[in-house]
Amino acid sequence: MAARKSATKPNVSAEELTRYYRDMLLIRRFEEKAGQLYGMGLIGGFCHLYIGQEAVVVGLEAAAEDGDKRITSYRDHGHMLACGMDPNGVMAELTGREGGYSKGKGGSMHMFSKEKHFYGGHGIVGAQVPIGAGLAFADKYRDNGRVTFTYFGDGAANQGQVYETFNMAALWKLPVVFVIENNQYAMGTAQQRSTSTPDLHTRGEAFGIPGEVVDGMDVLAVKAAGETAVGHCRAGKGPYILEIKTYRYRGHSMSDPAKYRTREEVQKMREERDPIEHVRIMLLEGKHATEDDLKAIDKEIKAVVNASAEFAKDSPEPALEELWTDIYAEAD
Amino acid sequence: MATEILMPALSPTMEEGTLAKWLVKEGDTVSSGDILAEIETDKATMEFEAVDEGILGRILIPAGTEGVKVNTPIGLLLDDGEDVASATVESAQSQQPAPADKTLTSESAPAAARTHPEPDRSPDWPEGTETHQQTVREALRDAMAEEMRRDGDVFLMGEEVAEYQGAYKISQGLLDEFGSKRVIDTPITEHGFTGIAVGAAFGGLKPIVEYMTFNFAMQAMDQIVNSAAKTLYMSGGQMGAPMVFRGPNGAAARVGAQHSQDFAAWFSHIPGLKVAMPYSASDAKGLLKTAIRDPNPVIFLENEILYGRSFDVPKLDDFTVPFGKARIWREGTDVTIVSFGIGMTYALEAAEKLAEDGVSAEVIDLRTLRPLDTATVIASVQKTNRCVTVEEGFPKGAIGNHISAILMQEAFDWLDAPVINCTGKDVPMPYAANLEKHALVTTQEVMEAVRKVTYR
Ligand SMILES: Cc1ncc(C[n+]2csc(CCOP(=O)(O)OP(=O)(O)O)c2C)c(N)n1
Ligand SMILES: [Mg+2]
Repeated sequence: MAARKSATKPNVSAEELTRYYRDMLLIRRFEEKAGQLYGMGLIGGFCHLYIGQEAVVVGLEAAAEDGDKRITSYRDHGHMLACGMDPNGVMAELTGREGGYSKGKGGSMHMFSKEKHFYGGHGIVGAQVPIGAGLAFADKYRDNGRVTFTYFGDGAANQGQVYETFNMAALWKLPVVFVIENNQYAMGTAQQRSTSTPDLHTRGEAFGIPGEVVDGMDVLAVKAAGETAVGHCRAGKGPYILEIKTYRYRGHSMSDPAKYRTREEVQKMREERDPIEHVRIMLLEGKHATEDDLKAIDKEIKAVVNASAEFAKDSPEPALEELWTDIYAEAD
Repeated sequence: MATEILMPALSPTMEEGTLAKWLVKEGDTVSSGDILAEIETDKATMEFEAVDEGILGRILIPAGTEGVKVNTPIGLLLDDGEDVASATVESAQSQQPAPADKTLTSESAPAAARTHPEPDRSPDWPEGTETHQQTVREALRDAMAEEMRRDGDVFLMGEEVAEYQGAYKISQGLLDEFGSKRVIDTPITEHGFTGIAVGAAFGGLKPIVEYMTFNFAMQAMDQIVNSAAKTLYMSGGQMGAPMVFRGPNGAAARVGAQHSQDFAAWFSHIPGLKVAMPYSASDAKGLLKTAIRDPNPVIFLENEILYGRSFDVPKLDDFTVPFGKARIWREGTDVTIVSFGIGMTYALEAAEKLAEDGVSAEVIDLRTLRPLDTATVIASVQKTNRCVTVEEGFPKGAIGNHISAILMQEAFDWLDAPVINCTGKDVPMPYAANLEKHALVTTQEVMEAVRKVTYR
């Protein structure tokens, strides 16, 4: 199956394109800043950057409606920014401060926002997959027409619970879009070294779940595929699989020297397939924006990201009393 | 303004490293993403990328330097047109917050500072309430049915719970009353359906997950512990998992090692979970109703052998038993026997027989293991000065070990003998009838332990 690509002359407004540009750029600059703060020792532990994969979440958020839910793995900063969570709260969680989304108690891998229907942030590879289907189960129970985007990696696609979930999601016709972010590596394991068949979008066939492969460096293609998937779910036809081919530029986490691939491979992707550059060119060539317009956006984003870093440094560490809170909920 | 380039932390544990190689030289223009240097951390050699753009004005730490501390300036980045001599430096020094220096009010303050809370001795139901005999099985079913009538968000899922009416017939009649939307047969897929139930709970529903037996919940341990128990904490209180995991736990009869294990201690270890393990029918009913209403994940450990036993259950429209309140089944003065779940059968039988020999045992049923009613146990030991614990689980890291530790810390001065833990034996459950009997805790062992601590 050929990967879904956007039409050569896409019918897209300047305003829409500019929005994608801005949203993707926010993720990129935010992640660069997070990398910098990590280097300074302000962020600790594991920190997985999303640089290179921005078009996936931005494209799918463009296909989502108010009230739709999303859940993903530990590589979650991009998902949170794309669904409208506050960069200050995300960055302050990375630095483990009171102003973070989880008051500093979750960290990079465990963040949530009930308000934005973001259900984490999960550190156990594959665990978010049944949970995502469970969110869809709740929506179906309530018959509210909502859809859940359940993101997981090419590595996670080999977890047994993914197939347990495919079976039940199909059996019970749950409104869930399974989004396989195939960035071609699970830590140091290239996909062909871990999967017996390369096509992850066909992994639902045994359960009768349709799937398609999408060019994940092309935000318009992702959006279009997302609309198909969401339409399928909302029509009551059950789950849908999107295998989105993407690429992470950075190491698996901050401490990964990435010796399992060549620098040339990364460089080639960056130069030829960069999702942000792709939209930038569309904006300029389509005369939707001038260099100056884009510079202004760059500046604006930089200010937002710098402000988030300042916030994340200035926010105090959580009070020691917080150690003992949020272990049990009180009955209301 | 010039920017200092600082020695980066490139792993969670790195404190210093070797600046192995510079890949740019003074005077080079660098832009964000360019590789500046190779740095050897405690784990690997890493490439260090530029974050800012500018001209490398000066290298402050030469290649080959070992033991460079994280955050040491290693180079100077100049803006266009700036020269090294005149540059004013913007320090990018890390701004680690000062650690908060308040002392923690930990749960384990020294024994001397302790005042023991008064145990709650209120009766489970008002005096004069009419009761009827019910089996534990019927009580559990009634509890679920009542709560499902009360709250449309409560639903039951598990293997054979609907059409088959439950592998142990606990859900008898529920499909008829509530329909297939709320009484759901799952495929045999514990890890998956547990995760789906956790997600449904995150989404605001109140699932009851039935495991055919808790042995099979091992397949779902990750979802129970890592997803259900920890999310409230990890989300800073934003969302949790209001749900119940229930089913038969512990040895049944002659089903061998893989189907006979008591997981009480395992689950009780986890902050974020609550754990109930009823013995009687009234507790099965009252605690299960409380569990379903509780906004936290509750592990509800039943026992196949107890399902068919009958007890008095109050005839009340809405009978609940609070968590964290033990029940004194028998008052006594010579020794405190602490147990829970099916362990209570040995405890009560031993107490009965000991009474014939003139030994007066107080028997306490903990009912919930998390929260744990230590006040009732301590108050009892302050009276009897001796304690024996009884459970069917394995001896290492047993609930009894924990009770012993609490008594040592909080009631040491009242103890006249070491606490003895009666447990199942430290062996996988054998199949042979005679061996199985020995592998479990026995009434005889409980009586011997009591004689030991009372020096008789
Ligand atoms: C159950 C489990 N096993 C192993 C790990 C360690 N681990 C964390 S991420 C990862 C690789 C996952 O790769 P993939 O699913 O492709 O996601 P990506 O990191 O590429 O986004 C591994 C092995 C884990 N967190 N959980
Ligand atoms: Mg991957």
